[in-house]
Amino acid sequence: MSTPLQKTAIAAAQAVNDLMRKGAVAVEPAPAAPAATPAMDVATDAPAMRKRSRVLIPALLVLAAGSLVLFGGKGGLISDFQYLQLSLILVYAIAVLGLNMLTGFNGQISLGHGAFFALGAYTAAVMIEHYNLNYLATLPAAAVFCFIAGYLFGLPALRLEGHYLALATFALATAVPQILKYKHIEGLTGGVQGINLIKPEAPFKLALSSDQWMYLVVLAMAALMFWLARNLLDSRPGRAIMAIRDQPLAALTMGINTAHYKATTFGISALFVGIAGALHAIIFEYVSPDSYAFSLSVAILVGAVVGGIASLPGALIGGAFVQVIDKYADAATKQLTAMVHLPIDLEPWTIYGILLITLVYVMPSGVAGGLAQLKAKWKRR
Amino acid sequence: MVASVHSSGRGRAVGSTLANVPGSPLLSVRNVTVRFGGIVALNGVSFDIAEGTIVGLIGPNGAGKTTLFNCLSRLYQPTEGDIKFQGRSILNAPSHAIAGIGMGRTFQNVALFDRMSVLDNVKVGCHSVSGAGFVRSALGIGTRAEEARIEARARELIAFMDLLPFQSMPAGPLPFPIRKRVELARALASGPQLLLLDEPAAGLNHSEVDTLKGQIKRVRDLQNVTVLLVEHHMSLVMSVSDKVVAIDFGKKLAEGTPAEVQRNPDVVRAYLGTEAHT
Repeated sequence: MSTPLQKTAIAAAQAVNDLMRKGAVAVEPAPAAPAATPAMDVATDAPAMRKRSRVLIPALLVLAAGSLVLFGGKGGLISDFQYLQLSLILVYAIAVLGLNMLTGFNGQISLGHGAFFALGAYTAAVMIEHYNLNYLATLPAAAVFCFIAGYLFGLPALRLEGHYLALATFALATAVPQILKYKHIEGLTGGVQGINLIKPEAPFKLALSSDQWMYLVVLAMAALMFWLARNLLDSRPGRAIMAIRDQPLAALTMGINTAHYKATTFGISALFVGIAGALHAIIFEYVSPDSYAFSLSVAILVGAVVGGIASLPGALIGGAFVQVIDKYADAATKQLTAMVHLPIDLEPWTIYGILLITLVYVMPSGVAGGLAQLKAKWKRR
Repeated sequence: MVASVHSSGRGRAVGSTLANVPGSPLLSVRNVTVRFGGIVALNGVSFDIAEGTIVGLIGPNGAGKTTLFNCLSRLYQPTEGDIKFQGRSILNAPSHAIAGIGMGRTFQNVALFDRMSVLDNVKVGCHSVSGAGFVRSALGIGTRAEEARIEARARELIAFMDLLPFQSMPAGPLPFPIRKRVELARALASGPQLLLLDEPAAGLNHSEVDTLKGQIKRVRDLQNVTVLLVEHHMSLVMSVSDKVVAIDFGKKLAEGTPAEVQRNPDVVRAYLGTEAHT
């Protein structure tokens, strides 16, 4: 683990903390006139949004699934590799969504969600490898395990806030890869070697490749998880979750059992990330302790911040950021160095760093928040 | 067996099964003492609040008014004494159970959920009188009726407090007097029997205080709540209260009608100071 990475993590933690404290509202000191609350348009225009999303989201889903017919197939426009990339984007989107439930909507920070990602991935891998379970059956198992783990971790975390919670979760993230290498559970986890899996074939003799089939599975799971999250946030417990973030004491006097809600939210958040982990293990065909290093936790957190804290569409953007930028920034930096014939060697993460800093400065409420602000500005004209 | 006449009998409260005796006070504070280390914030304070009345609690800065409020909300634990609501002690109830027992409150500095809309703020106020859990809500099964009830109640209170133009805006950036009204609507959402208002007039200008007077009376008459009001603003307290309790340095100075309390020499001394002793 490199020191720049830790620095990024701490900077990110601080940025999230500040964001949570100030809220998206305070970022732009909007006058209190009726039409001038740009950043919150997303969150407060709920009824109108719901009507639009009732049509828009199923349409997008059909389009995404239909892309198989249009562009897939042998020699199609979208290759298997690209379908894998799309699946990975969706997987990370589920993970970012899970962290967002906790950090964005409940105000608890976590630098350790990679641990729950690993737990979900290993649950799936171990069950497929040792118990011959169907890969689809491992998803609910991963969900249950991760919920319990998250809830139990959330209980002592009730006493910790802000930076202290960040540190505790940081410890979790660094501990889990070591625990996975532990000698006495090597039989189960495969130790340092990890576990190799076989990618599931498409059932019912469908004329789909494994990657295409798994893309459909991941798409369906992502749709399900986003639907569950939206339902939950737009309900009595969802409002309680957000109330605790904004004013814990007032939430308590409204009759909200804040301890129970915070621990449960931690569990739910871990459940989402765990499902993402299980899906990742299945489509990636491989788990190993080092795939779930601390950098994964940071990547999920950065995805949440870049996409937009407390924003559901932002989670999708965050997922794309984690998969695309995170994975290709290194290569892009090398290409840039070669192309421009720079006299100095750029550090491998230079582009990533520049992009991150620019995004955080230009769109302090994330890409989703930034787009909402642009839209509001455009409307006012 | 005493039949419960006054209380609407929301029996979710923790505590004994003692029903409220007709004519007995809704809230009775008995010998409540709060010590923080060596500092005595409240010293043996006792008073009663009869159902349907507006009671004003006055006292100079640091007299212990907010400390008493926080005891009622179970945010502080009294060192001695007892607090009974409808005849039952509340001192064994956790703080999140107080709303369900039938007490709502506002805060001195207005504690709204700033990033949530006004409507959602008021909806959170219904938390203690609704029950949808995580699983049913996430799946959207069987929550529609309750959600509709919460929505209707919240909209009713938003209309009642004249907040219609603001209902879909985030509560954070709204002007202070409007935030106060949102907080009042939120406190009323669960249909409390006792409403605790912590300095509702603080930060309001003259005409806004006049509006507030009318609102407090309207709330008492139309929402059928008993009101305990902590306030510095003398003219407000004296004009709306049926009874006034004055405290200073954690001790009760006087209790009675506004006129009686205003005439009480101890109260006058607490507010205007004593002559220098030579």
